[in-house]
Amino acid sequence: MHADPKGVLTGVHFIDGDHAACEGALAAGCRFVAGYPITPSTEIVERFAHRIPKVGGVFIQMEDELAASIAIQGAVWGGQKVMNVTSGPGLSLMMEHLGYAFITETPCVWIDVQRCGPSTGMPTGPAQHDMMQVKWGSHGDFQIIALCPNSPQECFDFTIRAFNMAETWRVPVFLMMDEVVGHMTERVDIPEASEIEVVERKWTKKKPGEYKVYETTPEDPVPEMVKAGDGYRIHVTGLTHNEKGYPDMTVPNQERMLGRLIGKITQNAHKLVDVREDGVEGADVVVVSYGITSRVAMAAVEQARAKGAKVGSARLVIAWPFPAERMKEIARTAKVFVVPEMNMGQMVQEVERAVAGAAKVVSVPHAGGSVHEVDTILNAIMEAAR
Amino acid sequence: MAKTEIRVGGLGGQGVILCGSIIGKAAAIHGGKHATLIQAFGPEARGSACSAQVTVSDDVIGYPYVKNPDILVLMSQDAFNQFIPQLKPGGMVLYEAELVKPDGKLPEGVRAMGVPATRFAEELGRRLVLNIVMVGFFAGVTGLLPFEAVEKAVLDSVPRGTEELNLKALKKGYDFGREQAV
Amino acid sequence: MSLLMDQSAEELECGMDNPVLPFLRKDRIPHIWCPGCGIGTTVNSFCRALGDSGMDLDKIAIVSGIGCTGRTAGYLNLDSFHTTHGRAIPFATGLKLANPDLKVVVYSGDGDLTAIGGNHFMHAARRNMDIMVVCINNFTYGMTGGQVAPTTPLGPTQTTMPFGNFESSFNLPFLADACGAVYVARWTVYHVRQLAKAMKEGLQKKGFVFIEAMAPCPTLYSRRNRLGDGVDQVKYFKERSTIKNGVDTKDVGLTYQGDIVVGKFVDRDRPTWMDSMNDHFGKVLGDKYETYGAHHG
Repeated sequence: MHADPKGVLTGVHFIDGDHAACEGALAAGCRFVAGYPITPSTEIVERFAHRIPKVGGVFIQMEDELAASIAIQGAVWGGQKVMNVTSGPGLSLMMEHLGYAFITETPCVWIDVQRCGPSTGMPTGPAQHDMMQVKWGSHGDFQIIALCPNSPQECFDFTIRAFNMAETWRVPVFLMMDEVVGHMTERVDIPEASEIEVVERKWTKKKPGEYKVYETTPEDPVPEMVKAGDGYRIHVTGLTHNEKGYPDMTVPNQERMLGRLIGKITQNAHKLVDVREDGVEGADVVVVSYGITSRVAMAAVEQARAKGAKVGSARLVIAWPFPAERMKEIARTAKVFVVPEMNMGQMVQEVERAVAGAAKVVSVPHAGGSVHEVDTILNAIMEAAR
Repeated sequence: MAKTEIRVGGLGGQGVILCGSIIGKAAAIHGGKHATLIQAFGPEARGSACSAQVTVSDDVIGYPYVKNPDILVLMSQDAFNQFIPQLKPGGMVLYEAELVKPDGKLPEGVRAMGVPATRFAEELGRRLVLNIVMVGFFAGVTGLLPFEAVEKAVLDSVPRGTEELNLKALKKGYDFGREQAV
Repeated sequence: MSLLMDQSAEELECGMDNPVLPFLRKDRIPHIWCPGCGIGTTVNSFCRALGDSGMDLDKIAIVSGIGCTGRTAGYLNLDSFHTTHGRAIPFATGLKLANPDLKVVVYSGDGDLTAIGGNHFMHAARRNMDIMVVCINNFTYGMTGGQVAPTTPLGPTQTTMPFGNFESSFNLPFLADACGAVYVARWTVYHVRQLAKAMKEGLQKKGFVFIEAMAPCPTLYSRRNRLGDGVDQVKYFKERSTIKNGVDTKDVGLTYQGDIVVGKFVDRDRPTWMDSMNDHFGKVLGDKYETYGAHHG
């Protein structure tokens, strides 16, 4: 289906990534946000608070991030599309509810505008410090999807994509922004509502009595949904549960439930991964990057090519699930992977794991607070190409 | 692949960010170019240092920050002192002539031009539009963007009801800039 | 005392007609609560309140946190949500605001609602969020094995207060009142009819409703402190309770096995969060604002 024109600010805008992400959410049909201010994500909820009264929906500023991250989930079961907006310290507080959203299959979008950590760190300093936290930070075993925009335009486009993926797979979907992308202003084109594809919630057509809240088929591991108030008398719990949603804390049921939940992503990873490649075929050196770093990396790649190096770029548009199979394929021809990131080396570990010794992997870390210098990445490429 | 890097500096309350935003908007929306604006985030108090970085390019912009600007647009002495050392050799400095005194601190080969933007703004009736005079001056001197593009960017950036005043301020700065550029 | 919950599985087999069964998920019985526990008794009162209220049960949702009382949601035949520890109130806030047609009831324990969830409790009352909060107060953390709670009075022994509790406790009605609740009542599991009536009133009241129900935890509170079993504790509730409707909530604090004040302490009206939002936006934005929730019933 198409976006509701009420939420779509069609036109050409000169806005920052935070504002663009908010417009993406509105275009995707998000009509409820429970927020808590934190730099550098605050502008997203500020814009939502300003826009939503005229679009039709609710914004409420909660008392803390624990409340925000569960209030949005209550709203999902009340029938709304929602997002959760924060940055590192807030994300740490929200971790229990990441697990809750996963086990209860509550579709929701989480926007993390990453800043320097650990702890309070540098609130206005950009970083890509939370890449592993979103993958592993909540206790227990779970899976998420994470998209990495590198411009305000992509903040708009990818937020819509994140909402669509959340409804399709019923897992938390992350938009891994950073302070630069969030606060950088560029041209953002917002199309007509009729040109925006929006995935509707997977509402059941079954009647009360026939419907089980977590019933699935071997062909489709994603259950159908209802909302509270429609007469289905559902039960939803964070305990290990059966098809009816009832607690069933037996080993076979834990295996069945978790197997399906994890499998939704792992068995469909090939449909989800998104690597944007440039000159990877025949390259000796391949630069793997994501988010704002991918733009700086591309500048370095072009300069390296001008110097005669055979270098390609593989940009992770989706970081989780990680495109391990594609990295393995690339490692058959490439000699060195160069992995610049605004952290001390996180996704590089995934590259190493995937490549498994078939090629050399070089980390180009950055503690955060600024992006890499083009020269830093260029030097790493030239060193690798020697 | 022409790329121009600009730093706009001044004090909070002078409309520094809006000045940078109008230049970026004129380029990206009305001028057929790519533009990236980054604003320096600090305590948002009036009177504190404030700056915007604008990159205008014919091509996609990779590295988003402006480290060594081609052009400085300066509205305070502090901003002048802070950013002059970053200016590219042979770069250009456009400054508010009554608030900034270059006093021989300019590196060799640099083109420096002042405009009495505050006075022009006051003559037009509102001191607040000094940033729009600066935008006009920038457009007039550099010729980087068509006047019409800048005009449109001003129109969709200023509050309703102030369009006429702001367009006058733009034209005033632009004409003054054209004269200086010759 | 009435411990219907304990009997219902047996009654099911006997084909007897239990008046609260229509409100329960029969396929979830037997429940997990200990013999003599008071939670089931409060659920009995709640079921009667549901019936007496005449409300459409499809439009009532129940939200619990974690703990013994937190399991209540799972036994009621309503849309029911068993959330995370302490976060039932913010979940309920989101549920209510997303679907204003619903009457949302939070049913949880004293530790869940007023220790880990204390901040949410205060703010939901301050905002006058339109939810009904039922707090089963058994003065201890039951599910984790009898640790000190913010409601444990001075004196009794708990596993983490092995030499007796020396921390002051909350006076819950006073807390709810001070934070802005529009309806505040306290009853005990001895007062099953009054409790059911309060719950019915609470279901029909608009705004933040708080009902405290004192209940025995024989396994971890009574026996540990040589107070006997559940029945002994209900006898204590019976003998030491005085009904004082409308009394100032600052005077209803509890002491260890001391006098108990029960009753309806607060019943007032003020605009709910959503009404305030609608009124305010209506005034400020005029015709551009479409009243939120108006399309819902």
